[in-house]
Amino acid sequence: MAEYIIKTKKGEWEVVCGLEVHCQIISNSKIFSGASTNFGDMPNNNVAFLDAGMPGLLPTLNEMCVKQAVKTGLGLNAKINNYSEFARKNYFYADLPLGYQISQFEYPIVGEGGITIDLDDGAAKEIGIERLHIEQDAGKSIHDIDPDKTFIDFNRAGVGLMEIVSKPDFRSPEEAGAYLYKLRSIVRYLGTCDGNMDEGSMRCDVNVSVRPFGSSEFRTRCEMKNVNSVRFVMQAIEAEAKRQVEVYENGGTIEQETRHFDPVAGVTKKMRKKEFAHDYRYFPEPDLLPLVLDDKFVENIKKEMPELPDVKKKRLIEELGLTPYDAKVICESREVADFFETAARGVDAKKVANWLIGDFFGMLNKKGLEIKNSPVKPEDLGKLVDLISKDVISGKIAKEVFEIMSETGESPEKIVEEKGLKQETDVAAINAIIDELIINHPNEAAAYKGGRNNLLGFFVGQVLKRTQGKANPAVVNKMVAEKLG
Amino acid sequence: MSKLNELTIAEALKGLKRKEFSCVELASSYIKEMEKRRGLNAYVLETTETALEQAKASDKRYANGSERAVEGVPLGIKDLFCTKGVRTTACSKILSNFVPEYESTVTQKLLDGGAAFLGKTNMDEFAMGSSNETSCFGPVVNPWKEEEKFVPGGSSGGSAAAVAANICAGATGSDTGGSIRQPSAYCGITGIKPTYGRCSRYGMVAFASSLDQAGIFGKDVRDNAILLSVISGYDNKDATSAKAEVPNFESFLTQDVKGLKIGIPKEYRPHGLNEEISKYWDMGIEMLKARGAEVVEISLPHTKYALAAYYTVAPAEASSNLARYDGVRYGLRENGDSLDNLYINTRTKGFGREVKRRIMIGTYVLSSGYYDAYYLQAQKVRRLIKEDFINAFKKCDVILTPTAPTAAFKIGDKSMSEDPVNMYLNDIFTIPASLAGLPAMSLPIGLSSNGLPLGLQLIGKPFDEGTVLKAAHALETDVKFARK
Amino acid sequence: MKVDNETVKKIAFLSRLNVDEDFENTKNDFENILGLIEQFSEVDTKNAAPLVSVNDNNLICREDKVMEGGDAEKILSNAPAKEFGYFVVPKVVE
Repeated sequence: MAEYIIKTKKGEWEVVCGLEVHCQIISNSKIFSGASTNFGDMPNNNVAFLDAGMPGLLPTLNEMCVKQAVKTGLGLNAKINNYSEFARKNYFYADLPLGYQISQFEYPIVGEGGITIDLDDGAAKEIGIERLHIEQDAGKSIHDIDPDKTFIDFNRAGVGLMEIVSKPDFRSPEEAGAYLYKLRSIVRYLGTCDGNMDEGSMRCDVNVSVRPFGSSEFRTRCEMKNVNSVRFVMQAIEAEAKRQVEVYENGGTIEQETRHFDPVAGVTKKMRKKEFAHDYRYFPEPDLLPLVLDDKFVENIKKEMPELPDVKKKRLIEELGLTPYDAKVICESREVADFFETAARGVDAKKVANWLIGDFFGMLNKKGLEIKNSPVKPEDLGKLVDLISKDVISGKIAKEVFEIMSETGESPEKIVEEKGLKQETDVAAINAIIDELIINHPNEAAAYKGGRNNLLGFFVGQVLKRTQGKANPAVVNKMVAEKLG
Repeated sequence: MSKLNELTIAEALKGLKRKEFSCVELASSYIKEMEKRRGLNAYVLETTETALEQAKASDKRYANGSERAVEGVPLGIKDLFCTKGVRTTACSKILSNFVPEYESTVTQKLLDGGAAFLGKTNMDEFAMGSSNETSCFGPVVNPWKEEEKFVPGGSSGGSAAAVAANICAGATGSDTGGSIRQPSAYCGITGIKPTYGRCSRYGMVAFASSLDQAGIFGKDVRDNAILLSVISGYDNKDATSAKAEVPNFESFLTQDVKGLKIGIPKEYRPHGLNEEISKYWDMGIEMLKARGAEVVEISLPHTKYALAAYYTVAPAEASSNLARYDGVRYGLRENGDSLDNLYINTRTKGFGREVKRRIMIGTYVLSSGYYDAYYLQAQKVRRLIKEDFINAFKKCDVILTPTAPTAAFKIGDKSMSEDPVNMYLNDIFTIPASLAGLPAMSLPIGLSSNGLPLGLQLIGKPFDEGTVLKAAHALETDVKFARK
Repeated sequence: MKVDNETVKKIAFLSRLNVDEDFENTKNDFENILGLIEQFSEVDTKNAAPLVSVNDNNLICREDKVMEGGDAEKILSNAPAKEFGYFVVPKVVE
């Protein structure tokens, strides 16, 4: 793996980065109230009295959120803690209705784990997971309706979140990017989070520090909160690392602070902050008792676990003979992998992979469709590949058939049948055509016999033309060669 | 018929069943008395019209034989129980205009049991106080010393005074560190704080979540048992409520305390304990002994530190629980040029001094650098206090102590207002049971030399309110305390 | 227990309270209460686990069903300022 080193006139620096990723949990109701988690409704519609911080209202824990967190923890190869506690994180903010966030602090539901990230040069790296804890989301402040007022909507307040904290294991922006893609892929496979950073269902806080290359110290870090795309996360790391290097090289010191990444200017900026210091005054949430999971609960979730991308990738390479690249592309998304596996059932998997990544993705791209809305059904893609394998149609015809499939959604057999696209396998008919050609092109036939082997292509091409492409080129090739002796 | 409001709930229910009088007549007698006793300032909101409508509906139920457990019983509701469509303030300016859209579980259960609500009773602001003087509606006057204006105790001072003055048949209260037991003692009535988790806290304006527990004020032990049976039970809307079976508490009132082991904690008799109180305590001990109960000395060695632990844990939780009062979604708002100033202006104006004090103490003990020495130490001490009780209950079935170290004092008492700690000392005997989450009740034992009621406290094992009620009932029978 | 003015001010701000008008009394009360609390520092708690839940029960979870919400009017009924179905506060500068 290429090392990421910040070289200056004065020296070489290494970046040390950790990520805290907030994943909105997929559940029907909120983590501590029975209000809907639906997105995009009228303001304050999906709000229980608790979510508006009304007096006397108490949190009750949604079992689904616990399951989702455990599932995700298992997906991160992490330790599931049978004992966990909720804690209050106290601070004032307009979109924080209770004046505290119910979170977990000392005893999170999931402990240490790790995932493997895949880098562009084919290398892999193990990234440590520090912990995963569950907590409630805040509401939304809307600043652009009125120049003098901020509007508050609590629909999002109380939606369950998983905060996944990595170890400070990233040494380059690329690694952080690869981690986010992998994490997104895992939660999507598990169905525990949408993983849509642009919609805010996955949000990222980035911690960055730098140190002289080769050193093992950890210097003061700065945090960039709510960076909302993978690209921006990578840019923020780069910009912040550069800034810190400059500060150190100019003899300055880095203060632990929260900064904001401005993607337009490509720099990080200090946030305006009135509070003396962050003092969240965490303490155990007295409205909720400790959460104790029995082994059976965890075992049952283990049984429900789908095959995760890394395992699936390995299987596709080893059992189906896919190239590592194809396997990686196919396994990134569970929907693609599912589509592939359905399509490849009982047919040449490698060919299916080629078609999927080539023509099929090209078609989706051109039409601007997601795979779940594909007009071509996975079974039909498999059948198409099978028709080629069985010499029923040629690869060229197959492209034509696929074109029609993607317009009409019809099955390839039907198209081939109706349009009469089956390969000509009538040997006598092909022989007759060849004979006729030899008679009509005596000079070419003589030249071939005289050693101009490239003229074989001329005859084959003519045969294919006369059969309107329905003849199998390989068969024609063989027959022409035989005839011309 | 003019004395209907002096009947106990048990007596009233009997009369109603026998059709000796109607629910409307019963409610009316209370309402008439309420009008006369407005000087007590026990109610901060009267809902007498609704109460009469409820009484009418109850009369129909009696007529067709479908009456429920407390059908037609007129009650006072402490103003920290959220009542749907009825202003609920916790006697704080910051909530002075708050009308909940939901009903607390405790009041819902009472409504479902057929009770009628006469109004919301006065209390210390957010239940923080031991004299009812911190209420934004002004203090309540103890009915025993109306002329000289003594406090009824607190925080549930309005409920206690209302029951003592016969302007409700019974009342709800909440007890965090003694807020039912201490005013019960000061007002010469009977009140029970059940085990933590026995009643749902849903819809109760929170003071300190790990300590708050709903409870009952009644004219006697039986009324406590009747109402407690109605409000108890697991509630899936309160994660801390317990899935413990609720017995019919009235069935414990057998007076049979033979062989019952009564624990007497030596730490509750410090040097300088008020002599009268000490004497009444001994009297109580003798009475139970005479009925065949066995008296055993026990030790609760960490009692001395209970106050310190309580005044750490309770303010810590309160500082967080009261963060929601920020002027954004409901309640008082004092505008400011920024969000922070809106918060500061609203909270500075909306909270009274005692509440501010506790918020600040709570913020301090949780803040970084102090957490371990204060909050964590308090929770460890709390563990030791709980263990003290566990050990003590290996030797006894129920514990008998005084409820409060003194009788009621005058409104505006200098020593109390000069140093908050003096006020806090009122709860010195009630706080340990609160920290351990145990059921405890206060009943009147006699009058002090200047004519003020004094109370004794019975503390039971977790979820053993039955034994507490049984011992209290036996004592009550012998004490023959003359209700006001 | 003595507390410096800065600490009192910091705690007041964390609590979003303004105690300037009654500063000396506030500080005095604060110190008195801390004096009461600190009595427990002499207790040996080496072997005591902090008490988290007084009843030693564990949490019971709720089924994932939508049971609440759907009525913004009720949520906003007590709001001191509301517009277009939102709660309104002075402009927040981030």
